[in-house]
Amino acid sequence: MLARIATFAIDGIDPRHVSVEVDIRPGLPAFTIVGLGDAAVRESRDRVRSAILNSAFEFPQTRITANLAPAFLRKVGPGFDAALAIAVLAASGQVPVGALSAYAVFGELSLGGELRDSPGALAVAEGARRARLKRLIVPRQRAREAALVEGLEIAGVSTLRAAAEILSGSPLPPLPARTEDELPPDSAEPDLADVRGHAAPLLALEIAAAGGHNLLLEGAPGTGKTMLARRLPSILPAMTRAEAIEVTRIHSVAGLHASGLIRARPFRAPHHTISAAGLVGGGAPPRPGEATLANHGVLFLDELAEFQRSSLDALRQPLEDGGVTIVRGQRALVFPTRFMLVAATNPCPCGFAGVGDRCRCGEPDLRRHQRRLSGPLLDRMDLLINVERPGEADLRSAPQTTSARTRERVAAARERQRFRLHGSAAACNGEMDARLVRRHVLLEEAADRILAQAYAVGALSARGRHRVMRVAQTIADLEDHGLITQADVLTALSLRQRSAAESALAA
Amino acid sequence: MPRACDACVSRTWLVARMAAHIDRARARLGEVLGLGDDELIAAAGGRAGDRVRDELSALDVDEVRARSHAAGLEAICRCDPDYPPALLVLPAPPAVLHVAGGLRRLLELSATDPVAIVGSRRASDYGLDVARSLGRSLAVAGIPVVSGMALGIDSAAHAGALEVGGPTVAVLPGSADRPYPAAKRVLHRRIVAGGVAVSELGPGTSVWRWMFLARNRIIAALAAMTVVVEAGERSGAMVTARVAREIGRPVGAVPGRVTSPYAAGANALLASGACVVRGPQDVLDCVFGAGVRLAGPGGGLGGRPDPPPELQPLLEAISAGHETAAALARAGFSPDQGLAALAALELGGFVRRGVGGRFSVLP
Repeated sequence: MLARIATFAIDGIDPRHVSVEVDIRPGLPAFTIVGLGDAAVRESRDRVRSAILNSAFEFPQTRITANLAPAFLRKVGPGFDAALAIAVLAASGQVPVGALSAYAVFGELSLGGELRDSPGALAVAEGARRARLKRLIVPRQRAREAALVEGLEIAGVSTLRAAAEILSGSPLPPLPARTEDELPPDSAEPDLADVRGHAAPLLALEIAAAGGHNLLLEGAPGTGKTMLARRLPSILPAMTRAEAIEVTRIHSVAGLHASGLIRARPFRAPHHTISAAGLVGGGAPPRPGEATLANHGVLFLDELAEFQRSSLDALRQPLEDGGVTIVRGQRALVFPTRFMLVAATNPCPCGFAGVGDRCRCGEPDLRRHQRRLSGPLLDRMDLLINVERPGEADLRSAPQTTSARTRERVAAARERQRFRLHGSAAACNGEMDARLVRRHVLLEEAADRILAQAYAVGALSARGRHRVMRVAQTIADLEDHGLITQADVLTALSLRQRSAAESALAA
Repeated sequence: MPRACDACVSRTWLVARMAAHIDRARARLGEVLGLGDDELIAAAGGRAGDRVRDELSALDVDEVRARSHAAGLEAICRCDPDYPPALLVLPAPPAVLHVAGGLRRLLELSATDPVAIVGSRRASDYGLDVARSLGRSLAVAGIPVVSGMALGIDSAAHAGALEVGGPTVAVLPGSADRPYPAAKRVLHRRIVAGGVAVSELGPGTSVWRWMFLARNRIIAALAAMTVVVEAGERSGAMVTARVAREIGRPVGAVPGRVTSPYAAGANALLASGACVVRGPQDVLDCVFGAGVRLAGPGGGLGGRPDPPPELQPLLEAISAGHETAAALARAGFSPDQGLAALAALELGGFVRRGVGGRFSVLP
């Protein structure tokens, strides 16, 4: 007899419909699985057999052929176990075949017949909804996560037996209780209230958050660059539900996520030894990289100069397009990469350039350091701020602001941008291209004069001028200035990131 | 009409040919460069020497001249009556000067008491700023600036002179038509456009370490006075100063911080009697006698309008040592106002933002 049930393979971060077909025919006992599975799928045979027997079902002593369709799609991992077991049970008449068409089943089996926690339940649930299935059976730990997708009934079960009972007509078990990490972002998130001193960096952080500008922090070791960067997500506007679901799905696929909906914006800080594939995604099968894990959040590159050139170059497309395309065989996968980039660097290899005579770097070291820092990536950094060790008095002073207060100002500034940029490709000032800058950025006469002067004395390149205009617009949005004032432009100028060409002009 | 005689052209060829051997004896460079052709060849020894001797006798000097001409260089040799007399005081003056930017211009500039501004490649922002503004104000006073176009102080001095359109002379270790270091090609182009680049060796010569020392003696001899802006104790600029003293030209130095290794050489020169250089007037007094020629208005470094009054307190705070945005915030300037004011000062050319976001007041 033939039985068929739906499950989903995870291709990159997207679900792909896979139909699990099991055919049972008289013959010598054998169990073969076809359909381009990897080693974990082949091993699935032994798990399925033991799980069925240990769940007090019978394993048919005949010829069993299982097919995972479509056959061209490479299937990876143990997530097909439960679907295979259910299909075997149905084909051998132990579960009614008729009910199967409304269901999808997902999960790994243990030998004892339990459904084990498997990554990617949210992606599977989205796939099930898109395939217009009514019900999805997932491991109980993943039930709440899968239930984030609306229009689908989720059965969270912990055993194969319970899954079989649901297919035989038992009512769905209630969803497990909420766990702590589903609660709205809590006080555990690092807050700006912890920051002492650092007045100028705090301002830069606020501007970066308000305009979605990429930020470069420069400073000696131990001055607080990482500490500041970690607090950036706390002042970004809250994620919309759609954004939160996308983030949760990605993290779920990557196996980085406990349960429920992720509300806090991600903060990813990969080590500088990371490969290009680790940063933007890749491998076989293709897996999302740090840039995708930081989607809707912050990607923090500490010690920027230490990263391999190839890794940094690989970030160009993701930064430019908000997505990265990975081509494998005949297929192209697109991973979303809408993140804010924050990078930190020492001013020189030893880190003490400018601090009295402490710097011991030679001229060639300095030039090598500059060269590693220059390049197309820096072109995407709108803001540069120097971070210094706070003074003794600062450490004892009261906090200057809190994340909640700053976030309100940021949200108001973003609202003004949304209104102005409505209908264009950019969602915030940081995403404006040259054309949008020309159309939307309006300067007071005095501000225009300052900008012209900066350009004339060679402090700005043409591209640098656009960067300054974008940032000045954000400062004006934070201050609710209709036209950009002279002070806005001057502040933007002082926070400008200097390209190698501009430094050369000044030298 | 060629202004480099056959003997001098072949001597230049020989020196370049023997570059590797000379490099091994660079501790006694003055002596080595003073050797006659045969003695120099003998230094190579044995079979190698024979080979060099054969090559030298087969040398086609017209072809060497043609190569130099093709590279856009003019040449003059020490046998020519117009050869800069300032160089003849050297124990071994360069046989041929190769000039990019015009021989006539070089002869004019060398006759108008040029001043050498030299220093180390690795320099503090302070040193760079002083070199630049010295170059600028000497150029304004009509004094050509001579230097070596090296990174750091040398380039800053050239750039300062060029800022106000003053002519400047770069003495290069390799060939005059090729910038050394290569990173300075833009500066080289600007120098040749309004001034000259000079070298002892002809086109196509690869650069050896001794050529920097040899180049330094030409700088010292071309200039009526040598000013060391910032140099460590082992800097090449100290060689320039030593040569200047040996041939009896005045040496000046810009005082630096006693704690700074960058300034140790310049301070040591002051301790041994060099003129204190606080600005262009000190240089002019030293070259022409006190008060004979006056630098621009005020006689100090700089010469630019006063900063707007509202920025004055910030400027004072920076000169008092609150050099960074954070230090200024501690001194009571709010960050948003402070950042804007810093940008205004920077644009106005009153301060400069150095490595690590450290601001310094420009002289």
